[in-house]
Amino acid sequence: MNSRSIKVLVVDDELDFLETIVKRLERRGFNAAGVSSGKAALEYLESNDVDVIVLDVRMPVMDGIDVLKEVVTRWPLVQVILLTGHGSLEAGKRGLELGAYDYVLKPAKLEDIIKKIQQAFERKVLLEQTQSER
Amino acid sequence: MTKRYHLIGIKMTVIIICFSLVPLVVLGFSLYRHFSNSYTSRVLESLRASVEDRKRAIDLFFEERVSQLASIANTHTFSQITKPGYLDELFSLIQSRSRYYIDIGIIDMDGNHVAYVGPYNLKGFNYRETEWFQAVSMQGTYISDVFLGFRRVPHFIIAVMKRESEGFWWTLRATINTELFESLVLAARKGRYGDAFLINEKGEYQTNPQVIGKTTDQSLPLEVRFFHGTKVTEATLNNRKVAIAASWLENKRWMLVVIEDLEEELFPILQAKHLALALLFAGISAIVIGAVAVSVIMARQLEQADRERSALDAELMQSSKMAALGRLAAGVAHEINNPLAVIREKAGWLKDLLEEEDIQASENFKEFADAVEKIEYHVERAREVTHRLLGFARRMEPRREMINVNKVILETLSFLENEAMYRNITIHKDLASDIPDIQSDGAQLQQVFLNILNNAIDAVEKDGDIWIKTKLKDGGNSVVIEISDSGPGIPEDIIDRIFDPFVTTKPVGKGTGLGLSITYNIVEKLGGKIYAHNRESGHGAVFTVELPVVAGGSEDVLKV
Repeated sequence: MNSRSIKVLVVDDELDFLETIVKRLERRGFNAAGVSSGKAALEYLESNDVDVIVLDVRMPVMDGIDVLKEVVTRWPLVQVILLTGHGSLEAGKRGLELGAYDYVLKPAKLEDIIKKIQQAFERKVLLEQTQSER
Repeated sequence: MTKRYHLIGIKMTVIIICFSLVPLVVLGFSLYRHFSNSYTSRVLESLRASVEDRKRAIDLFFEERVSQLASIANTHTFSQITKPGYLDELFSLIQSRSRYYIDIGIIDMDGNHVAYVGPYNLKGFNYRETEWFQAVSMQGTYISDVFLGFRRVPHFIIAVMKRESEGFWWTLRATINTELFESLVLAARKGRYGDAFLINEKGEYQTNPQVIGKTTDQSLPLEVRFFHGTKVTEATLNNRKVAIAASWLENKRWMLVVIEDLEEELFPILQAKHLALALLFAGISAIVIGAVAVSVIMARQLEQADRERSALDAELMQSSKMAALGRLAAGVAHEINNPLAVIREKAGWLKDLLEEEDIQASENFKEFADAVEKIEYHVERAREVTHRLLGFARRMEPRREMINVNKVILETLSFLENEAMYRNITIHKDLASDIPDIQSDGAQLQQVFLNILNNAIDAVEKDGDIWIKTKLKDGGNSVVIEISDSGPGIPEDIIDRIFDPFVTTKPVGKGTGLGLSITYNIVEKLGGKIYAHNRESGHGAVFTVELPVVAGGSEDVLKV
């Protein structure tokens, strides 16, 4: 892991899940925060730095794909990992096309999520370096 | 053909025959009648015309003869005409033109035959007592009936009286050439059985009839009474149907009778009748054969079409059932996945917390740790189930893809495992690990396996076994799936028809009999084969499905 802890934003409307995963990530040294709606996610991004977003695809009002589109446009360096159930497998694949880094099937092992977060972060770092070299 | 279609066929046959035969018969019959009637009336009209024509000819003959004799009588005196040899010359003159007369003679007012030319020896005979002499002396001209006379030969005469002066008269008499006269009459005769003759008021023949007997005791079906004009009647004579036309002459009270044999004259009608009957018979045969053939063909085609449509309907219904099932499965799985995710994270969190030392000191630590471990284990177990369910649900659209048959079987089983366990049916799996992925349609294969496995479970009912085996065949070209059960097996009398639609061993209302028929169609379309037989040892059915590794089958199923 890097010297600075990875800033993770978890977006999921299932509150119990959200709470627990944020706590567990924190315990493992991540700088984790959680919001329960797409709108809240965008608001958070406006005032906070985030490295990786863990985003549930199926949410009411504003679903994960809509959030993804916004993020990709407004914060292109931020990596997005989609959380999808099997029913929204197509959404997951579509998300990749739209610019998400990867997707994970729910219910997922924390270890798998963490692995993906780390990989996503490394990509962000690479992108930042490339950008600053120009 | 089943009974229902048999009846339809019979109904069609009857209707076609009725509708065809009735007009045919009516047409044939009325045409024949019409033809018969008009032909008959034609024939009778022609007969009437013929009689009238003949009558006129005979009357004319008489007029001319009388006129001729009268001119001879009027242009000669008694002494002139009785001069020896004169009559002979006169007669030869007359005969040179035409042979109307046989002889000619002069009879004086006392009845003595004073001059004669002819073949008979009549000179000197006295006719005073004879009917004809008495008649001519009163009437002036006289045509006699046929009589024998002194010559003892049937003949008739025409006599003309010449009055010379007060109280002196004489008669010129000529005998008509009977042969010639008869031929005049017989000219009206038609055909082999036709006849023509003259008859007087007493019914005595004046000419010889050709066909009917001469003696008048063979009674003619004819009234010999004077009437005006021409009468035509139909009658039976000598067992033959005839038409009799009769007309009285003007110059002599004789009736001209012309008989036409109707059987002869109307022969064309009989021919027409026979022809019509033959055609009718042929027509009827053709119609009956045609009707039967058409009906049988139509009924069969109807049956076939109905079957195909039922099969199609069933397939459609099955597809939509499967689609609904898929949606249900997806919905359920998804609903369960969310709480599962939460439980997993909570359990994980507990595990995290259990790493802290102060909790490890507590006496129940081991219990906590154990419980958390178990929670995680069972969450994983539940996850696997929903994963399979969702895998199943996902395959609803037909597509060509690489399929792992074993995987599809396992996923299908995940639907049925519960049911099987509840009924105490053990499912034995022997899935070869070396079978390659095949080019096929996952959704359709799922249907096939679901169908067969459902049947197997229904057959066993409870407390039994089901064996599923997969293996490679044909040197790697096809994959074989064998599903056997320990149920009662397939009855021998239907095993050959087991894949036909509407064949079922289930009681009425329980099964449609379409499941295997649909399954068969799917397998065929995928380019594979399916067989059914009974187990060799023990009892139960075995269904074998062979699928090619490289897709064969029809294009219309595997649409991307």
